Amino acid sequence: MPLLEFFEWLAATSTSAALRESHYLYLVILATHVLTLTVFLGTAIIVDLRLLGLVMTRVPVSQILSQLVPWTTGGFVIMAASGSLMFYASPTDRFVNLFFRAKMAMLVLAGLAVWMFFRTAHRSIDGWDNDPVPPMAARLAGGLTLLLWIAILVAGRMIPYQQYWFG
Amino acid sequence: MTLLEFFHRLEYLPLLVAMRSSPWLFPAIATVHLLGLAIIGGAVLVVDLRLLGLGLRRQPVARLARQTETLLFVGIALMLLTGPWLFMCFATKYYYLTAFWVKLVCFVLVLLFTLTVRRRVVMGSRTAGAAPKLVAAASLSLWFTVALGGRLIGFP
Repeated sequence: MPLLEFFEWLAATSTSAALRESHYLYLVILATHVLTLTVFLGTAIIVDLRLLGLVMTRVPVSQILSQLVPWTTGGFVIMAASGSLMFYASPTDRFVNLFFRAKMAMLVLAGLAVWMFFRTAHRSIDGWDNDPVPPMAARLAGGLTLLLWIAILVAGRMIPYQQYWFG
Repeated sequence: MTLLEFFHRLEYLPLLVAMRSSPWLFPAIATVHLLGLAIIGGAVLVVDLRLLGLGLRRQPVARLARQTETLLFVGIALMLLTGPWLFMCFATKYYYLTAFWVKLVCFVLVLLFTLTVRRRVVMGSRTAGAAPKLVAAASLSLWFTVALGGRLIGFP
């Protein structure tokens, strides 16, 4: 498999090996990844629950998108960067890890769900911006991304248990 | 019985021994604990960022606080329901971890601070001056220490 060969080559590079063997640097990256979850997932949950009409119902959705979502995006960028470094430290282990593969697949799905929201429900936001409970298309997008973020959290937390589950 | 002996007894209760031998129970509870952290993070950030003049600046602080209060309590409830199990699983290991004791003290402090001083400030109408910013800084620092302590406890 060419992809696996590429990751084997990547794992053999000196920076990948250095990162893998640098105990403290790796732990700092891992701690950054987990702690940024409070910013990314914390605000993403609020955005999704607002789209479902369950929290902050008196705050217009457009204000949440323009003033809270930049924090969500910033958190995501830090998580993606620290996550990429952890992948770079052990590419072949991650590549064969089923929890990691599920997490990546669901990240793509979550990206599609966000894209779908901006292509559909968001186009008519002026008509429902102040509604405590947004229309069905917006609720669907909020509910779907919320479920995906939680499933991604579960898959991520399970990555170290690959050996335990699949031998 | 010393505290360490008590922790040892907790760790070897039949229920906890069974929990440790399960391939999914500990990670499942740890995942819910992490979800609780994210929920608290969101509910706290929305209000504290606003106190610092960031985030949802066009909304009154009191409204944001009221509208995220349930979420904050859900997050804290998830923590309280899951944390003790994670602790009891490895109680004697935690006894020797400074990070665990620091986390515990900061968690109690931030709960008391959130329910008293911070609550009075965010539910009130005066949001000008340095006091609200100091409250937000104290709240964020304490929660950050709790979260960091939690992460350090899990390191090998």
